[in-house]
Amino acid sequence: MSVPVLEMKAISKSFYGNQVLNNINLTVNKGEIHCLVGENGAGKSTLMNILFGMSVITDTGGYDGDILINGSSVAFNSPKAAIEAGIGMVHQEFMLLPGFTVTENIKLNREDTKPNVFSRVLGRKMETLNRKKMASDARSALDKLGMSIDEWVPVAGLPVGYLQFVEIAREIDKENLQLLVLDEPTAVLTESEAEQFLTVVQRLADSGISILFITHRLDEVMAVANHITILKDGELVRSGRTGEFTIAQMAELMVGRKVETSGRISSEKREKAKTKVLEVRDLAVDMPGERLRGIDLDVYEGEILGIGGLAGHGKIALANGVMGLYTSRGQVRYQGIDVPLNNPREALNLGLAFVSEDRRGVGLVLEDSIANNIVLTSMQTQEKFLKPGPLKLKDQKQITAHALESIERFDIRCTGPEQIVRRLSGGNQQKVCIARAFTQNPKLLFVSEPTRGIDVGAKSRVLELIVELNRMGVTVVITSSELAELRSISDRIAIIYEGKLSGILAPDAPDVEYGLLMAGKSLEEVGIGERQTN
Amino acid sequence: MSHVKKFVARNAVPILFAIVCLLGVYYAKMPGQFLFMEIVKRMARNSFLVLSLIIPVVAGMGLNFGIVLGALAGQIALILSTHWEWAGIGGLALTALLATPMAVVFGMLAGTVLNKAKGREMITSMVMGFFANGIYQFVFLFLVGTVIPFENEALRISTSPGLRNTVNLSRIRGALDNIWTIQYGFTKIPIVTFLIIALLAIAIWAFFKTKLGQDFRAVGQDRHIAGVAGIQTDRNRVLAIVFSTVLAAWGQIIFLQNIGTLNTYNSHEQVGTFAIAALLIGGASVTRATIGQALMGTFLFHLLFVVSPSAGQAIFGSAQVGEYFRVFVAYGIIAISLALHAWRSKSLVKASMEEDVSA
Repeated sequence: MSVPVLEMKAISKSFYGNQVLNNINLTVNKGEIHCLVGENGAGKSTLMNILFGMSVITDTGGYDGDILINGSSVAFNSPKAAIEAGIGMVHQEFMLLPGFTVTENIKLNREDTKPNVFSRVLGRKMETLNRKKMASDARSALDKLGMSIDEWVPVAGLPVGYLQFVEIAREIDKENLQLLVLDEPTAVLTESEAEQFLTVVQRLADSGISILFITHRLDEVMAVANHITILKDGELVRSGRTGEFTIAQMAELMVGRKVETSGRISSEKREKAKTKVLEVRDLAVDMPGERLRGIDLDVYEGEILGIGGLAGHGKIALANGVMGLYTSRGQVRYQGIDVPLNNPREALNLGLAFVSEDRRGVGLVLEDSIANNIVLTSMQTQEKFLKPGPLKLKDQKQITAHALESIERFDIRCTGPEQIVRRLSGGNQQKVCIARAFTQNPKLLFVSEPTRGIDVGAKSRVLELIVELNRMGVTVVITSSELAELRSISDRIAIIYEGKLSGILAPDAPDVEYGLLMAGKSLEEVGIGERQTN
Repeated sequence: MSHVKKFVARNAVPILFAIVCLLGVYYAKMPGQFLFMEIVKRMARNSFLVLSLIIPVVAGMGLNFGIVLGALAGQIALILSTHWEWAGIGGLALTALLATPMAVVFGMLAGTVLNKAKGREMITSMVMGFFANGIYQFVFLFLVGTVIPFENEALRISTSPGLRNTVNLSRIRGALDNIWTIQYGFTKIPIVTFLIIALLAIAIWAFFKTKLGQDFRAVGQDRHIAGVAGIQTDRNRVLAIVFSTVLAAWGQIIFLQNIGTLNTYNSHEQVGTFAIAALLIGGASVTRATIGQALMGTFLFHLLFVVSPSAGQAIFGSAQVGEYFRVFVAYGIIAISLALHAWRSKSLVKASMEEDVSA
């Protein structure tokens, strides 16, 4: 057998003492399609950043382990070095200039030039672009991919599906390309586009280019991969030929994790009313990087509904859309009343409360006191804590009293109600956010990523608080990247995949089912059959 | 129909401005000859400066007040050349040559500062202009005659420090304009000046067809993507500013040889504002500017300048009111054009979302 194109041996990496990759081995042979599978945070991007010599790695102390290209050891300290060694990358976000034409993008910074009078004096930079040569190169790269688009159209007007192909055309136009890294390339493609895309990938592999393919779509993995590597929490879970896996196995290996033994806080079965509090119909939210593409969802009175899914698939956008923080379309009805979209004030007036995932940006006025933060929303939308009269003066006495009560109730560790919230720890800041939402006396509370960036002790306290609120009659919609956390407190969990609802599961559903839904497979498709969850 | 609509939408600002200008022309009832003369004079004077703005806009640094620094370099060179009594077209060329290294240094400094203030180039460069103005005044109002010995009757009054308020540039007045003129009615058309402007326009056009020009365009569209492709973004941005300051220095020299007197402490002040105003009126935006827009904008902006006093006299019975009105209208339209730009980029996001959802 010939020397592998790429070998990564015993790769480890830690950021500030936090181990994110531990002893990863990866081998890609010539003409092979190697799929890298794992949840967000499993370490795939870090691994690719190491391979590509990105500055996030070099600036944080480098990595341990060896990388071999064609059998010789390399250490890239910049993407440029990696590119020169024949590694191409198609990034998750498009790396195309919208105002440039297809040709200009394919040839970006590799333009063909011809000398002119000035360039002889002033140097190569002043050479005129050889647009004919550029166009013919671009044409032949596009032809290889079976793309018929005109090479002179601006990229700005092209359908999203085409952009991916333009990116690949750019990579294969590089003469020395040996290994092409595709980072979730099909995430933005429609089904038929994805199919075409996979055919192209297969064709590239047949022509001798090795492909390292990162994806969440497990059926794609089965369709094209020769070899599969599964990462989880920075460790290599399993690696093997495609024939050794089934989709269900992969899903389980990908997300399988012991549910924290702290146990389900809401273990007792609650009698669930069948009244719909919130009806969401065809809601699309334009939240950058977390776009929601039309979702139907009902929230029942008294429940805790968990919203899960991988990062970038739009789970965060639901609450932000309903609360009017990002441009949205669709219909939202709260207790039978239409909630006007794109209007945070109206959403608050209707009695919806929101604990934002962006605690320091949206959630808190960092330079203001705990007391003011707690009463802010109620004061603004419900005219509470104001002295009677037309001037709407703050009633400081009432505010302080309420703040003291909240500090006690929510166990906020601080020096007093006048402490500036910036000085608080993440956990205590989160408690202030929850206290503020609670002060609004809401019927329905949205909580997004409540435990992000806070320590373990505070985490369980925050979750307990949410459950307590729920027992007091508040319906809760909680969004979290931590599945275990959702499963520990929710009554139902909705999984969002690529901006759409993938399915709803019970908290005690098996790992496999969660894995499949998060990878965009419906349960029926793999023959498990949907469970009755409500 | 939709073509017409698109054209109007895309050129809303110049069309609006042209309508205001036509109204002004109508009410001012100026003799055509006089109007033509004024416009030719002002186009010859200002076009070069406005064109110097195009490169930084395309390189993504916004409408850049950095050209004030270039103008200062040009003026410093003019002060020195007056001191050394350089004269004629040779003297003017030498002055431009003298201004160039200064403009390069200023441009590099400005570019370095602007690289530390990415995304806020416009306001940063504006404040930088004020700062440079302060240093300029410190040198020429205070140091000259006290710390720097500088004895010259034409430039200084011996009884107090600092340069004169106005310096007569008689030696180089019209040095460029008068090389070759064609008389048309009352109007002397300065052919060489217009040739130089045409040459600059062609040079800018050709420049964007070169590798370096392509790099500028790429950096202007998206720094991150250009950087990933291996283009040295920061270096390109500094270069773009240097080009712009050097051109502005030459532009200011052309401007002043036409005027014939240097307002030592004021001439440079409105260079940035006027050039940016002209460019915006021509239909350019913070991210897009073409040669046609620069020239069209210069024409419209100065047409309004010429007609507004007479129009004011005719409509309000006072030329002064016409002047106020001009300032009000001109900058009002600029404010609208900036707002339109912001509004358009916002609606673009919306449109892309619609597309995405329906797909």
